[in-house]
Amino acid sequence: MASTASHPSPRFYWWVAVVLAVITALEIAVGSMKFFAPVKVVGLYLLGGVKFAAVVGLFMHLKFDKPIYRSLFLVGLAGAVPIFIVLLLTFNRLT
Amino acid sequence: MTTAPTPENVLTDHHDGDHHDGDHHDVHPIRKTAMWVFLGSECVFFGAMIATFFLYRTEFGDGPTAEEIFNIPFTSASSFVLLMSSLTMVLAHNAFDHKDLRKARVWLAATALLGATFLSGQIFEFVEFVHEGLTVHSSPFGSAFYMLTSFHGAHVLIGVILLATMFVLSLSGRLYADRGLNIELVGLYWHFVDIVWIVIFTIVYLLQV
Repeated sequence: MASTASHPSPRFYWWVAVVLAVITALEIAVGSMKFFAPVKVVGLYLLGGVKFAAVVGLFMHLKFDKPIYRSLFLVGLAGAVPIFIVLLLTFNRLT
Repeated sequence: MTTAPTPENVLTDHHDGDHHDGDHHDVHPIRKTAMWVFLGSECVFFGAMIATFFLYRTEFGDGPTAEEIFNIPFTSASSFVLLMSSLTMVLAHNAFDHKDLRKARVWLAATALLGATFLSGQIFEFVEFVHEGLTVHSSPFGSAFYMLTSFHGAHVLIGVILLATMFVLSLSGRLYADRGLNIELVGLYWHFVDIVWIVIFTIVYLLQV
């Protein structure tokens, strides 16, 4: 079985954790905003998305591992989206 | 003549011949594939529950509103604890890959402790909310909130049990790289629990206040 890539060093993981901690602090700051609601919503989704991608890609090694694992996870993630939309459409809550 | 297994030599005894430090060869591909299929199915499961929460997130009925009861600084601290447990988990995996069982054991214990801390915080939060009038029966929001967060909590609890089991196995030299309960598979599960909380923290807490 061919190797895809090697593990990053522990030092790299510590740096990722520092970045994640900073993003969490930013999330809290944006979340406490009492004005510019659309900016707040978009900002929180973006920051949450970056954290999600960092943990999946770097801590779960999807960035370094075989593409098949990435595909399997993305299929599940993509499966969640139609369920989300259909459920909200069914109850007329999409908008 | 065979060598008796000890906590320090089991790593090498059970590794595949083609394993190199840092490679992802330590789990049989079928088992790792099965874990990713499972995690993919969990995405659908949590996606449905988050959608349900979306349906009822403003249906407070006679119960308290999210803004009235949520303690964002406290939940932020809990989130930080869970996020850091992902760091300790990946460090445990890294140490295990480099055959440093002693260090792997320390990081495993740290991950389990951080997970248990997060769970304690969640129980404390639930007790506070119930005292303030938010129960499963108080409003659709309450039902959806408790259903989503308690299912996530159950996943964390299972993760803590798995981590504690791995720690005990490592003490008796039964933590193998290529069979049994594996540090990489448990790590994947643990990181998944963390990413679900990243979504819950954003949607359920930060966007509600």
